[in-house]
Amino acid sequence: MSAKRQFRIWRGDETGGDLQDYMVEVNEGEVVLDVIHRLQATDAPDLACRWNCKAGKCGSCSMEINGKPRLGCMTRMSTFGDDETVTVTPLRTFPVIRDLVTDVSFNYEKARETPAFAPPADVAPGDYRMQQVDVERSQEFRKCIECFLCQTVCHVIRDHEENKQAFSGPRYFIRAAELDMHPLDARTDRKEYAQAEQGLGFCNITKCCTEVCPEHIKITDNGIIPMKERVVDRRYDPLVWLGSKIFRRGETPQTSVTTARQGSATPGSARGGVHSHAGGSHDSRAEAQAQSGVNWHREVPHPTAPAVDDRGKLPLTELTFDRAAAPSPFGDDVTFPLPPEHLNFAHPEQDNKH
Amino acid sequence: MTTTTRIERHHYDVVVIGAGGAGLRAAIEARLAGKKTAIISKSLFGKAHTVMAEGGAAAAMGNVNSRDNWQVHFRDTMRGGKFLNNFRMAELHAKESPQRIWELETYGALFDRTKDGKISQRNFGGHEYPRLAHVGDRTGLELIRTLQQKIVSLQQEDQREFGSYDARIRVFSETTITELLLDGDRVAGAFGYYRESGEFILFEAPAVVLATGGVGRSYKVTSNSWEYTGDGHALALRAGATLINMEFLQFHPTGMVWPPSVKGILVTESVRGDGGVLKNSDGKRFMFDYVPDVFRKQYAETEEEADRWYTDPDNNRRPPELLPRDEVARAINSEVKAGRGSPAGGVFLDIASRRSADEIRRRLPSMYHQFKELADVDITAEPMEVGPTCHYVMGGVEVDPDSGAAFGHVRGLFAAGEVSGGMHGSNRLGGNSLSDLLVFAKRAGGHAASYADGLAARPKVAVHEVEAAVETALAPLQRDTGENPYTLQQDLQAVMGDLVGIIRREGELADALVRLAELRERVAKVSAAGGRRYNPGWHLALDLRNMLVVSECTAKAALERQESRGGHTREDYPAMEPKWRQVNLVCALDGDTVQLTRKPLPKMRPELIGLFDRAELAKYLTDEELADFDALVADAGEADNR
Repeated sequence: MSAKRQFRIWRGDETGGDLQDYMVEVNEGEVVLDVIHRLQATDAPDLACRWNCKAGKCGSCSMEINGKPRLGCMTRMSTFGDDETVTVTPLRTFPVIRDLVTDVSFNYEKARETPAFAPPADVAPGDYRMQQVDVERSQEFRKCIECFLCQTVCHVIRDHEENKQAFSGPRYFIRAAELDMHPLDARTDRKEYAQAEQGLGFCNITKCCTEVCPEHIKITDNGIIPMKERVVDRRYDPLVWLGSKIFRRGETPQTSVTTARQGSATPGSARGGVHSHAGGSHDSRAEAQAQSGVNWHREVPHPTAPAVDDRGKLPLTELTFDRAAAPSPFGDDVTFPLPPEHLNFAHPEQDNKH
Repeated sequence: MTTTTRIERHHYDVVVIGAGGAGLRAAIEARLAGKKTAIISKSLFGKAHTVMAEGGAAAAMGNVNSRDNWQVHFRDTMRGGKFLNNFRMAELHAKESPQRIWELETYGALFDRTKDGKISQRNFGGHEYPRLAHVGDRTGLELIRTLQQKIVSLQQEDQREFGSYDARIRVFSETTITELLLDGDRVAGAFGYYRESGEFILFEAPAVVLATGGVGRSYKVTSNSWEYTGDGHALALRAGATLINMEFLQFHPTGMVWPPSVKGILVTESVRGDGGVLKNSDGKRFMFDYVPDVFRKQYAETEEEADRWYTDPDNNRRPPELLPRDEVARAINSEVKAGRGSPAGGVFLDIASRRSADEIRRRLPSMYHQFKELADVDITAEPMEVGPTCHYVMGGVEVDPDSGAAFGHVRGLFAAGEVSGGMHGSNRLGGNSLSDLLVFAKRAGGHAASYADGLAARPKVAVHEVEAAVETALAPLQRDTGENPYTLQQDLQAVMGDLVGIIRREGELADALVRLAELRERVAKVSAAGGRRYNPGWHLALDLRNMLVVSECTAKAALERQESRGGHTREDYPAMEPKWRQVNLVCALDGDTVQLTRKPLPKMRPELIGLFDRAELAKYLTDEELADFDALVADAGEADNR
């Protein structure tokens, strides 16, 4: 069963280009990449497109299909309506080289800046011992096929070239998380590094990266939030903060706060409200995890509802977002310093009173 | 010539062509030896075909069964390759694999664990003990990522020491090498182009390591990616090196042939084991017509008996769908050639009409999900279209087992991984490819470094050779009279798939050689539309000549070897011949033509052949070799008695 279908594909290079229309044969069971291959073999032999394994394992054929970042080999034609036009464009966040091929070197630069695995000094090769349950957390992040869909969808850099220098993106947050959770990694400052050097603070957990991940890695819930949370615990936990003020102990890890770099990423809209434990995620499960992981005997204030659309999801792009730029990583309902009435201070004797 | 003369020049000590597992491991070794190293990758850094390896990496660590050791692994490997393996490579591989795997852990790899926290190992076909270190079903990805990140960590060291990440190891991604340049019989450099810009690039380097993978793209149905065009094989041939065992290709009898989105992807044998049957276009369950006499006693004669076997295997004989791999492939091949194939040129594998949807989903979850997600094929509702799919090439560059240095009349050329030959003999065991590439890439990288050290003077690149390379590379763009490269590729794939496929016959192989000769003339005149900037048509046009010469090697060697062994099945010579076990077929290039010579296999050392039973050896060795073996055993017995 084959039919002619309408495709609109962006053709051009860094000097410009436009969408071109093609009528192309589509057979039952094909994916978008098959159709692009047919175009190459017929109408457009020089149509540039990356691909490798064609089985969803290498992460080469990343493109934006009808505006959504997808892998061409994992997007079945049967998911579109029979007379729906399929529009294919290059990844928007990266500079175009030609047609559907973009310059993704940004990602490789960020990879080079992320400190590598630090092997334990006193363990010989062959003597590494780890429990399955301990490696599984990092293994989830090592499933990453580096398709960079999470990078292209992330609104911190999607339309903000100026943020690229200070922001590594979800791919490298989970790289840091992976190393942080590696049972034998000898470095202990992965979280602080992510906060200070990778721009973790820019992320306001809209979960777009999780949504586009073809490997279904829970980038936000399992990677970014736990990292943020512990950085927050150390840097912003009111107990620690008060303690250091009162007793003047500068023992808490001092990471340089990159406020200067945060620029437009933190508008700090003040709507009042309460502090969220899970780094402003508004995710009740994350809240619960935050609570069970760090038992500070706090009473959890009821979190404010997230700014979701009618599908119950956060807006994917800033075009449809109601604010000019990314909200605060700690929730738009929080301003610093925290007003005293919002401090969730647990008195040492609090438990005894209950 | 317009805007063509600009050529970027680089000087390196070692250039590694290929950035899969083998390429990255070789580059790490060369860099650790202090050499300035370049890695050339046809794709982006970290996208190699190695990611497709699912099963694991075989290494006799003995974590799961402590009786496992290198001798057992060596034995399994030789058996798997039907004793055609280079014994020294199989020995080194078995001995060194565990260290190579452990080393990956120091680079940050996270393998699945045993209860006591060691690397877990899984069973796999042909391995006597659980031996494959694995990470779920994505071991290849873990390997690539680990090596990629190790390279990054070396670059970070260089950044601290020299202020530049690229000071001693640099990755040239999306770059294709089209020629190796020689100074006399020594490698002097490599010439190629950036895929992104189409600009040319020249590497001046005394040592080159080939790690370019396989040749599967010459076949219509393949599990290989576009990169597998036999570049390394062809570069080696043109530089004066030799290829061995090119007739041995690993095919799987049931790969999907339709829909196109999953063409080539393997359908596991357990689909047949769980009740799937093969049918032709008439709806006939044809395997009953293809039970050879030797298997007659073990296999059912009626559908009723076969169907009873699934629930009562003790009192019934097996269904003929479970015949050995090559028998199933032969049957599929015959049905298709008799015109009873499916529309896409395979046959139907039907489990949908035989098992309930729930049961299929429960017993074959990953098959179900894979086809659902990639192709929207519901295997619980409709039959699959399957046929033989090309998977791996055992043959490759003939190398010195210890150093990976290419034989033939070229110096400074090394090879490792799928592009090298000999290690796997006539058939590769699952899991041996990942450990193979680690073991021999480390060796090749190290020996390339010491070769570069030992040179008194650097070989020089001749200007006219570079000019010739530029001209060859630009030719397809400057012609507008030739054929479309995609058409030529399809024709080449048709010839190889139909005539030099899984089951081979003398007449068809001879026919294939005639057609390849015709194709050679058409490929010489290929033209590519468009410009130099990221032009896949042009890239394919340049790859075609590599695919063609490698295909010629395969066809010639397949015609010459008059026996069936491992990945080479001749319908007209169905038996394994001990005399042919003593022979390697070696391909070399004389001008433009492939020359085939016979070369005796190296003789296994006494302590290694002593690891086998006489009864087993009798299946493979000639009478004279067996007599030698008996004498050896007798000597050893006497020595013990003294």
